[in-house]
Amino acid sequence: MSRALHDVANGTLFGVALNYQGLLNQRIAEFEQAPYQKPPLKPVLFIKTPNTRNGHDGVVVHPHGERLQPGPALGVVIGKSASRVSVENALEHVAGYTIVNEFSLPEDSYYRPAVKAKCRDGFCSLGPELVARDQVANPHQLSLKLFVNGELRQQNSTANFVRSIPQLIAEISEFMTLHEGDVLITGTPEGRVDVQPGDTVEVEISGLGRLINHIKAEELS
Amino acid sequence: MKHARIRFEGAEHQVQVEAQNAVRLADGRLLNENQVEWLPPATGSMFALGLNYADHAAELAFTPPTEPLAFIKSPGTYTGHNQTTWRPDNVAYMHYECELVAVIGKPARNVKRENALEYLAGYTVCNDYAIRDYLENYYRPNLRVKNRDATTPVGPWIVDVADVPDPSNLTLRTWINGELRQEGSTKDMIFDIPYLIEYLSSFMTLQPGDMIATGTPEGLADVVPGDEVIVEVEGVGRLVNRIVSEAEFFSARKEA
Repeated sequence: MSRALHDVANGTLFGVALNYQGLLNQRIAEFEQAPYQKPPLKPVLFIKTPNTRNGHDGVVVHPHGERLQPGPALGVVIGKSASRVSVENALEHVAGYTIVNEFSLPEDSYYRPAVKAKCRDGFCSLGPELVARDQVANPHQLSLKLFVNGELRQQNSTANFVRSIPQLIAEISEFMTLHEGDVLITGTPEGRVDVQPGDTVEVEISGLGRLINHIKAEELS
Repeated sequence: MKHARIRFEGAEHQVQVEAQNAVRLADGRLLNENQVEWLPPATGSMFALGLNYADHAAELAFTPPTEPLAFIKSPGTYTGHNQTTWRPDNVAYMHYECELVAVIGKPARNVKRENALEYLAGYTVCNDYAIRDYLENYYRPNLRVKNRDATTPVGPWIVDVADVPDPSNLTLRTWINGELRQEGSTKDMIFDIPYLIEYLSSFMTLQPGDMIATGTPEGLADVVPGDEVIVEVEGVGRLVNRIVSEAEFFSARKEA
């Protein structure tokens, strides 16, 4: 992680699940059934604990006997604490943007908190740098691409968000403050792929660069 | 020994707690309980357990889990002893949860049950409030129920491990306005602290300052603005909190 990003984005990592229309639509029939009963009313949120922090060129350990999936996402770095802000004023609280690769074991179910799937050491890569808010003309028109060993495996656009960045900040800050340095991970689109030890994984977001990580097998003691 | 974090005259201090909850600053000054602002004694991530008491699991009409149900809280939801927590307007059910909390003292990865207590800094108490109205069946219990600003009182202090010889046999009690409303024992925990440390550290590294909130027994009740809510774990601590309205909380915060 570059020094500047590491210094600024030093708070809590908050993830948003199901924030791509394509992903939500794939599951919507299932979400009418038990145990969900009805589709989510509010943003579906999770926390990536500090041990998950990783950076550009960092190694991600593939847990033995599990499936590992990268999660390309746009990261929004909070620059000024946001409590109960309106949609109109929300972006004033944003310092800038970065790329996040939110690694996870596959999620068959969204019913229970995904601690085991998402909170392993090094499972949240951020970088390569922080791009200031005013250098990104429209954060809702960015293309995301995931490459594994140079091959394009997943792509989408932030135009397909269920909730825009200002809507997320407004709805979340209604009940909890987004503090300076917190990072809002705005969601991973449908079509997560499996990666294997030895793979090089890159996430590219237009205007933000490319975030590279290397997958390594878990060493068993 | 009891260790706390407090704010006094604008500065944060690590203190030792003495008789009558007086606090001893590093420079030797002794202050009484009400002279200081009590801060949460640890500020790492909190791994909170759902349905970890057999009786509470039955009360909520679920079968007890076969694997720990852990959810995560971030530092923004913590508040200290003798502070206020807000009840949102227009909700029907906000309840307390009295819990024993294990505080991690050194990095823990792949720790076995029999060695688990070596990784603890000590024990504290939390009140894991929930706003039931906001429950949704996605990552349940969701952050809007459990990770609200200043809605998880923690403290008042951390007690050394050696001062709690048997953490599996402690009485938990909650009072609302002086009336006893919840009473249980840590002996009814489904997954005990050594098991939880082994479980969590089997897939991640627990960090110093991380906390494991071990769940609550039966006896939950609604709380409203004006209520004084006290949660106590025998031999660990007695944590006081007062409920205020949404308007009162946010106007006080604006003035601060």
